[in-house]
Amino acid sequence: MDAITVEHLSKNYGVVQAVSDVSFRVAPGKIMGLLGGNGAGKTTTISMLLGLLVPSSGRIAVLGHDMAQDRFAALQVMNFSSPYIALPGRLTVRENLLVYGHLYNVKQLTRRIGELAEAFDLSGLLSRKAGELSAGQKTRVAMAKALINKPAVLLLDEPTASLDPDTGDYVRGWLERYRADSGCAMLLASHNMAEVERLCDDVLIMKQGRIVDQGTPDDLIARYGRDDLEAVFLDIARNRRVPVAS
Amino acid sequence: MIHSARRVWGMVYRHICLYRRSWPRLVEIAYWPTLELLIWGFTTQFLTRHAGSPALMAAGSLIAGVLLWEVVLRAQIGVTFTFLEEIWSRNLGHVFVSPLRPAELVAALLSVSALRTVVGVLPASVIAYTMYGFNAASLGPVLILFLLNLLIMGWWVALGIVSLLFRYGAGAEALAWTIAFGITPIACVFYPVSVLPFWLQPVAQALPAAHIFTGMRAIMAGQGIMWGELAAAAGLNAVWLAAGIALFARQFHLARVRGALISIGE
Repeated sequence: MDAITVEHLSKNYGVVQAVSDVSFRVAPGKIMGLLGGNGAGKTTTISMLLGLLVPSSGRIAVLGHDMAQDRFAALQVMNFSSPYIALPGRLTVRENLLVYGHLYNVKQLTRRIGELAEAFDLSGLLSRKAGELSAGQKTRVAMAKALINKPAVLLLDEPTASLDPDTGDYVRGWLERYRADSGCAMLLASHNMAEVERLCDDVLIMKQGRIVDQGTPDDLIARYGRDDLEAVFLDIARNRRVPVAS
Repeated sequence: MIHSARRVWGMVYRHICLYRRSWPRLVEIAYWPTLELLIWGFTTQFLTRHAGSPALMAAGSLIAGVLLWEVVLRAQIGVTFTFLEEIWSRNLGHVFVSPLRPAELVAALLSVSALRTVVGVLPASVIAYTMYGFNAASLGPVLILFLLNLLIMGWWVALGIVSLLFRYGAGAEALAWTIAFGITPIACVFYPVSVLPFWLQPVAQALPAAHIFTGMRAIMAGQGIMWGELAAAAGLNAVWLAAGIALFARQFHLARVRGALISIGE
């Protein structure tokens, strides 16, 4: 069974087509990168996967749970991290993790918070208010929140956007280990092409609401005759080059 | 069921954490009921010193009216303020992608509202007793039914306002402070429904509050409990609450269709 199944997904706002006929699958234990410029439809796609947005047409299933019929069963085994959505700043880190632990019905919650505090070096921050933390510390807390329920499907929207290179590398390493240990499937939206090359098994490239290309990072780089994924991304964004025929 | 209760508790706990280390928030909850009570309490003292026994009875009704109407106001503001706290802290995105059902969110909002109402009205009740000699318990056990009905009225008004927040975003937050106050003239808190213009009386009769306050004044005038008024209030509350829940569910769904849950704080 696929971890994520998306079939012919579309979203219209009146005459504006934000996402058009998008289909893809993510197998358990795989990381899918979602690339595209601003307005390409990445956030709209992720919002539909999270149930925040009702598709105009198409189907989404997460671990066999149809999002239209069985949304809350899917959300129970998923989680999400984005530096652009805050956690309550006046609550301490521990209180925030307790709140989300309750929302996700996490068993042995105190122990789980201890594990995450150790994993993300948060032990010294648990009693501090979330709003008083640095951007990098907030991102680590957001990652801990995203993993509170040991999700089988994790959606990540630029998870290392505000981290220094050292901490960003640490988070990427942690995600790799978590994927290897748990078999978690991930969908990663990122503008950090090196991060996508390192983490992702497959990449979808979106433009104007459509998937314009997809493949493994190495496959894309080879087909466009480039040295790295960033150059491929720029080729597609600027309509500079079509894939080299194989 | 246990899982559902735990999710509701998670949201309630989030707000308890917020209040327990924010004394300005706690003071704000009790500030307006206390202020209203002081204004009407001194008005009562003035009336009783400068008029005869009918004014004495009217003055008692004023204080009782202030206290009971504050239950509606605090219940309504409790729900809408709690929802707005999530918007202001930009936390709704996380809440709505968690397994928390909309009904559980409503249950959490109502629970926090009930706690806020107790914290808000209790100090005013103590002041009413100690400074003005008015004991709300003198209304008898039926007071519990009055309070329950007024609490529910505050809740369905609030669900209507939260629905407007789903529809119009945080730009509609001014409604959170104004709508219940706007209802006050037709809630007939301080005067009978017959005082209103003829055409406005059916509107007042459609509100549970008008029936509750009619019943309250009857008890204070020694006429006993008007069970018919109480039943009318309960029936109207059931209808209005069902309408409030339906409106909330509808606007929540439409917000998911429009993408408003993503941009509700903007």
